[in-house]
Amino acid sequence: MASAALAGTLQPAADGRLRRVLRRLRRQPASLVAGGIILAFIIIALAAPWVAPQDPLASSFLQVRKPPSAAHWLGTDEVGRDVFSRLIWGARTSMLAGLIPVLVALSISLPLGLLSGYGGGWIDMVLMRVVDAMLAIPFLIIAIALAAFLGPDIWNAMLAIGIAALPIFVRLARAAAMSVRAEDYVEATRSIGSSPLRIAVRHILPNMLPPLLVQTSVMAASAIIAEASLSFLGLGQQPPAPSWGSMLNAAQRHMAAAPWMAIAPGCAIFLLVISLNLFGDGLRDALDPKRG
Amino acid sequence: MRFLLFLGQRLALTVPTLLMLSVLVFALQHLLPGDPALALAGEDMDPDVVAEIRHRYGFDLPIWHQYWNWLLAALQGDLGMSLRNSMSVVQLLLGKLGITLQLAVASMVLALVIGIPLGVLAAARPGSFASLAASGFALSGISVPHFWLGIMLVLAFSVNLNWFPSSGYTPFAEDPGRWAMGLVLPAFVLGTGIAGVLMRHTRSAMLQALGSDYIRTARAKGLREQRVVLKHALRNALVPVVTLGAIEFGQLLSGAVLTEQIFSIPGFGKLLVDGVLYRDYAVVQGLVLVSALLFIAASLVADILYFVINPRLRS
Repeated sequence: MASAALAGTLQPAADGRLRRVLRRLRRQPASLVAGGIILAFIIIALAAPWVAPQDPLASSFLQVRKPPSAAHWLGTDEVGRDVFSRLIWGARTSMLAGLIPVLVALSISLPLGLLSGYGGGWIDMVLMRVVDAMLAIPFLIIAIALAAFLGPDIWNAMLAIGIAALPIFVRLARAAAMSVRAEDYVEATRSIGSSPLRIAVRHILPNMLPPLLVQTSVMAASAIIAEASLSFLGLGQQPPAPSWGSMLNAAQRHMAAAPWMAIAPGCAIFLLVISLNLFGDGLRDALDPKRG
Repeated sequence: MRFLLFLGQRLALTVPTLLMLSVLVFALQHLLPGDPALALAGEDMDPDVVAEIRHRYGFDLPIWHQYWNWLLAALQGDLGMSLRNSMSVVQLLLGKLGITLQLAVASMVLALVIGIPLGVLAAARPGSFASLAASGFALSGISVPHFWLGIMLVLAFSVNLNWFPSSGYTPFAEDPGRWAMGLVLPAFVLGTGIAGVLMRHTRSAMLQALGSDYIRTARAKGLREQRVVLKHALRNALVPVVTLGAIEFGQLLSGAVLTEQIFSIPGFGKLLVDGVLYRDYAVVQGLVLVSALLFIAASLVADILYFVINPRLRS
C-alpha cells in the first residue's frame, strides 16, 4: 500500500500534463479547426439515420444520374440513389475505417511493444526481425494482399489495414517502453520492490500512450484512405451499402456523364484526412516538451 | 576499406529480414479459408482432382516441409505459375516491372523538382505567404487520396480539355511523344504525395541547418543570403532528405497500384489488382515478395548513399 502511494507521487501527474497539452493545442487555431471538423464528421456518422434526407439504398430508374438539384443536393448515382444521403451514410464506414484498424493495431502492438521493449532478450530480437520484414512490404500492398486472401468484406478489409499498420505501432510502442523504462520513477518503483509485471502494467503501459497518440491520428488518416482504396478495388464495402471508396468505384465508370458522383466522396475523404493530419501535427507539437 | 566493412555489416543485417519475409509471404496462402487445394480446384470439386492437386502442390506434406520446398524454389527464381494465363509468375512480373519503374522514376523526378525547392522556400522565409502556401501544398499532397486525384485530373485534362490521353500506355520505342504525354498525369498523381513528404522534411532539415553555428559564421563573413541558403545550408540539409527519397521510392509501388488502375497502365499495380480480381494467388504472393525486395534494395541504397554523402561517417 505504502509502495503504491510512493510510486504514485513519483509518477508525473497525468492531470497536469493533460491540461498542459490542451492549453498548447488551444494556441494552434489550425489544429482546433481540424479537431472541430473531425468532431463534425463523427456526429454526422452517428446521426446518419436522422441527418440523411433520403434512404441511401432507395434506387429510382426515373432519377438515374441526375445533376445536383433542390431535391438531390449532390445529384443522383447510376441507379438513381441520392448521393448526399449515401455520402452521409458512407461517413459511418470511413469513421469505422479510421477507428477499427487503429484499435486492432494498438491492442496488438501495446503488449508486443511492452514485451519487446521492457522485456528485451531473444523475444525482442525475433519480434524486431518480423517487424522489419513487415515494414518492407509497402503498406497498401500488404493491405490489398491480406484483404484478397481473407476475402472481400468490409470487416476483413479493416482487419487487413490494422495488420498492415501493425509494424509501425510495434516499433513505436517498443521505443516508448524503452524510454519509459529508463525514467527515474520506474527505477524508484523497482527499488521499493514492485514486481516486474506490476511495473509493466501499472507504470510503463500508461506512459507509453502519449507518443502513440500522435501516430493514432496520422494512422487513422492513412487507414481511411486505405479503406477507400480497398473499397474502390471492390475489396472493402460490398454494394449496395455505401462507402466513399465504393462510391468512387461506381463514379469512375460514369466520369464524363456524371462527374458529381466522383467529386463529393473524394472531397469528403480529402477534408477528413487533411483534418486528421493537421490535428496530428498539432498534437505532436503540443506533446513535444521542447516546443511551446 | 571502411566502406566495405559497412557494406558487409549492412548486407548481413538484411539476411534475417529476408528470411522472415519469406515466412510471411509463404504464410499468406495459408490465410485462405479452408483447404488451398479446394481453392485451387475451383468449381470442379471432384475428390480425385482435389487429391491430385493436393499431392502435386505438396499440400499433403508437413507445413515446414512445404515452406522449405517453396523457399528452395523461390531462391531458384520459381514463384509458381499464374493460374490465369499459365505463365510463370516471375516471367509475368519481369514483363511488368519495367513499365512501373518508368512511372516511378518519372514521379520521383517530379517530386524532387517540386518538393525540395518548396521546402527550401518555406524554411528561408518562415511565416511568409509563400511558406504558408508551400506547407499547404505539402499537407494537401499527403492527404489527398491519389486515386481520386487521378480521376479528377482525367476529368479535367483528358475528358474536358483533351490535353492528355486519359488512359493506356505507349512504349517509348513506338512513339516517344505519346509515351511522355501518357506519363505526365500518372506521374503527377504519384509525385504530389512524395513531394509533400520531401517538402516537409527539407523544410525541417533546412530550419535546423539555418540555425546552426556554421551558418552564423557564413553570414558573419558577409556572404550573400542566397549563397548561405543554397550553398551552405542546403548541402547539409539534403543528407537526410536523400535517404528519405530512396525509401519513398520503394513506397512508390504502393501508390502505383491504384494509379495504374485509374490510368490503365499495364504495370505492376495493374497486375496486382487483376491477380486479386481473378483470385490468382500465386501472382499476388509473388508481387508482395518482389515489392518487399525492391523496398529492401531501396533502403540499402539509401544507407549507402547516406554513407557516401555524409563526410562524418566516411572519415
